[in-house]
Amino acid sequence: MALDSKIPQGPIKDKWTDYKNHIDLVNPANKRNIDVIIVGTGLAGGSAAATLAELGYNVKAFCFQDSPRRAHSIAAQGGINAAKNYQGDGDSTYRLFYDTVKGGDYRSREANVYRLAEVSANIIDQCVAQGVPFAREYGGLLDNRSFGGVLVSRTFYAAGQTGQQLLLGAYSAMNRQIGRGKIKMYNRHEMLDVVKVDGKARGIITRNLITGEVERHSAHAVVLGTGGYGNVFFLSTNAMGSNVTAGWKAHKKGAYFANPCYTQIHPTCIPVSGDHQSKLTLMSESLRNDGRIWVPKHMKDVEAIKSGALKPRELAEDDRDYYLERRYPAFGNLVPRDVASRAAKERCDAGFGVNATGEAVFLDFASAIQRYGKETAHVKGLDENDAALVKKLGQEVIKNKYGNLFQMYEKIVDQDPYNTPMMIYPAVHYTMGGVWVDYNLMTTVPGLYCIGEANFSDHGANRLGASALMQGLADGYFVLPYTIGDYLSDDIRTGPISTDSKEFEEAENDVRKQLEFFVTNKGSHSVDYFHKKLGKIMWNKVGMSRNVKGLTEAIAEIKALREQFWKEVKVPGTNEEYNEELAKAGRVADFLELGELFAKDALNREESCGGHFREDAVELDGEQKGEAKRNDEDFAYVSAWEYKGEPSDAVLHKEELEFKDIELKQRSYK
Amino acid sequence: MNLTLKIWRQKNASDKGSMVDYKVSDISPDMSFLEMLDVLNEQLINKDEEPVAFDHDCREGICGMCSLYINGEAHGPDRGVTTCQLHMRMFKDGDTITIEPFRATAFPVVKDLIVDRSSFDRIQHAGGFISVNTSGNTIDANATPINKEDADDAFSAATCIGCGACVASCKNSSAMLFVGAKVSQFALLPQGKIEATDRVLNMVKQMDDEGFGNCTNTGACEVECPKGISLENIARMNREYLAASLKG
Ligand SMILES: Cc1cc2nc3c(=O)[nH]c(=O)nc-3n(C[C@H](O)[C@H](O)[C@H](O)COP(=O)(O)OP(=O)(O)OC[C@H]3O[C@@H](n4cnc5c(N)ncnc54)[C@H](O)[C@@H]3O)c2cc1C
Ligand code: SF4
Ligand code: FES
Repeated sequence: MALDSKIPQGPIKDKWTDYKNHIDLVNPANKRNIDVIIVGTGLAGGSAAATLAELGYNVKAFCFQDSPRRAHSIAAQGGINAAKNYQGDGDSTYRLFYDTVKGGDYRSREANVYRLAEVSANIIDQCVAQGVPFAREYGGLLDNRSFGGVLVSRTFYAAGQTGQQLLLGAYSAMNRQIGRGKIKMYNRHEMLDVVKVDGKARGIITRNLITGEVERHSAHAVVLGTGGYGNVFFLSTNAMGSNVTAGWKAHKKGAYFANPCYTQIHPTCIPVSGDHQSKLTLMSESLRNDGRIWVPKHMKDVEAIKSGALKPRELAEDDRDYYLERRYPAFGNLVPRDVASRAAKERCDAGFGVNATGEAVFLDFASAIQRYGKETAHVKGLDENDAALVKKLGQEVIKNKYGNLFQMYEKIVDQDPYNTPMMIYPAVHYTMGGVWVDYNLMTTVPGLYCIGEANFSDHGANRLGASALMQGLADGYFVLPYTIGDYLSDDIRTGPISTDSKEFEEAENDVRKQLEFFVTNKGSHSVDYFHKKLGKIMWNKVGMSRNVKGLTEAIAEIKALREQFWKEVKVPGTNEEYNEELAKAGRVADFLELGELFAKDALNREESCGGHFREDAVELDGEQKGEAKRNDEDFAYVSAWEYKGEPSDAVLHKEELEFKDIELKQRSYK
Repeated sequence: MNLTLKIWRQKNASDKGSMVDYKVSDISPDMSFLEMLDVLNEQLINKDEEPVAFDHDCREGICGMCSLYINGEAHGPDRGVTTCQLHMRMFKDGDTITIEPFRATAFPVVKDLIVDRSSFDRIQHAGGFISVNTSGNTIDANATPINKEDADDAFSAATCIGCGACVASCKNSSAMLFVGAKVSQFALLPQGKIEATDRVLNMVKQMDDEGFGNCTNTGACEVECPKGISLENIARMNREYLAASLKG
């Protein structure tokens, strides 16, 4: 099937408006006769559920947690972007559009990104109206901060808990509709398959995680807002339950899977400390506004710090290598995530890592504490030369800005970051790849939509900070409610969809078969055993830097591991009860297939772009020597994979990307 | 570290349940409490026994999913943290640790250490929102300036993660701290004022219907709350409730 992105004609700034003016609408009285299933109630699914219910559709919403309020979106720390230009620093829709396309290394779809920038300002208005308590200045107006990869201050935030506040906003909008009976909420339900009838998505099969009951649910359209698949690496900043199952099952039913190898590695996470670790913890990127990143210049100091003979604080300024400031003077510590991550890895690979495992760099707040302390002393008319006072005042400012993050760090690492620099290292954070969607957010299966992190569309090969929240809410509040109406306008006479068809029966049987297999298989290894092994292969060979040899090996190793999994996995308990191991088994089975496609996609992409660094694609000389080398001539496309059985048989389709409004350029942050 | 764990095992809501002893060894002080339970579960699976069921997701202290009553305290001995942020360095080699589910009539046990907290959701359905359309036809966000102190207070109330530790630690199983936090967030913001009367009446009614007990001002909830939600929120809710009752 040829890919049709359905991008509207006309100038980029008019596309969305024109589109909205010309779509088919569903009469409010008819919306009552239409059912929509939404899987996932994070920012994307939650905002979509609330809005579609308010428009009048009957919404059935599903999540695997015990409440929509606990979706993984809750963990987002730093903030959400919007082109409001409240600061008067020259922000505009175009500039947000430009930064996002450039930040994504020119691998996203222009028309989608422009629309995102266009509706961004509206998101803030919407959330404030819902009572989201964003940070304010003393004058009562909204405050902003700045994030990596941009030169304006356009990030709205609520301390280090922006995701929580935005999700509670969407959740409260959902609560209003649940209270009115317009949304039927299914908590602790996991979707295990999509059902297609006459080629269209018409329902899903779910498992009630408490009773084990397998259920059929029908609707006129199905929307997936099921989040990202970073947990394919086992260790990531994602919540433990984050998984790819919904997207993968959709893929098996005909939805193309796009750019699976695009992973964002976040530069500021707490380093891995040991084998027992179950997940990695992010330290918000906003810390880079005030923290300076460094490693020692000389190997002897690295060793002294590692052995404890030298305290990092004691190392003279001149003996420190502030490598981001050195390499990228224009952006310094605020370069985009992929650049900062690669630079940290480069220093650690060269032996300059500062912790026991050699995989950590310092994030240091000493100079910010000095600067803020002096400023506060000055404002209050106190003695600016009293070092102790300045430090105390400075620490208070830092505490106000990042207190909860500092507390979290201290709990985990058992060191006080006010008095000694934090140690950080890159970790898997966000997946830019996902289910392929057209401009309408519809997948290659008619009636099946995909929104938020689960789709591939807006971030290209790298996501700038504070733009995932923006995309989730844009999709759910403002984009999908229009585009899905256009599709559903053909369904006003269809009537309720029966679940008694052979399609539902077949899908249900497949799901039951897999569940039964797991609880009866006489294996010898736990699910986690396989998940950890997969994670190691992914991180070592398909992680931050990749080469042909490693990728080829990874493909073979993942295949072998998958075969071993199906022979030797052991799942205790039964299906008719709460059984977390059983739920995990299904998720890991899907990760084991996705992992292979992921490596295959990485092997195909013979260029470095975003967080994806191909060792054979590097700038050899000039100002950019040593930086990642993109290849626009051959790779300015989205790779969309069609399912054909084994991941090795998947067929590549290319959506060529056109850049009409932004010139493709070397991405320089020098 | 080597530890003895006394854990509440209960097959399902209708099972009676009992305490069972387990031993774990080689526990590193850097592990989180839940990672320690992962070690136990891996051990149980390898012995063909059923792992202990407990709730968790983000493991970052923010989703509110983890619970656990550890040595008689909701979220265990550390202050201002959830169970997933509790680290084993808080315990000593040779310790015996008692682990039970959050107990309250309104939080029935699902299995082992997992309880059903959907009563919190139903309280929110009753009024935990501002009735604004999600159509995007709102006014500019800066058209309604909000005093920084009020915004900060509303934010502090809004940081409640809905974990239920307040209920579990209260001798009356009262949900006043949770509901007080919700009511306060909206009461402090101009957008929330219009529906304030109905909101507080409906939410309090639902809270009572769910079987939560009354508040007798013992303050145990505030001590155990991982997010430092203050008793002031209960006072504010009581004022709101009184004013609403007089109006109503
Ligand atoms: C620690 C951290 C910090 C972050 N900080 C920021 C930030 O500051 N700014 C920013 O813009 N972005 C940030 N991000 C990224 C951002 O939070 C996520 O990309 C975004 O919230 C994803 O939202 P979502 O709605 O697509 O998915 P999620 O919030 O992950 O929701 C997924 C939903 O799908 C459900 N689900 C999944 N599979 C199934 C299934 N099979 N059956 C039923 N239900 C299912 C889940 O229950 C859940 O409700 C951060 C991410 C992390 C991990
Ligand atoms: S008030 Fe505190 S203890 Fe109670 S649910 Fe909220 S965060 Fe948990
Ligand atoms: S697991 Fe999310 S708060 Fe503990």
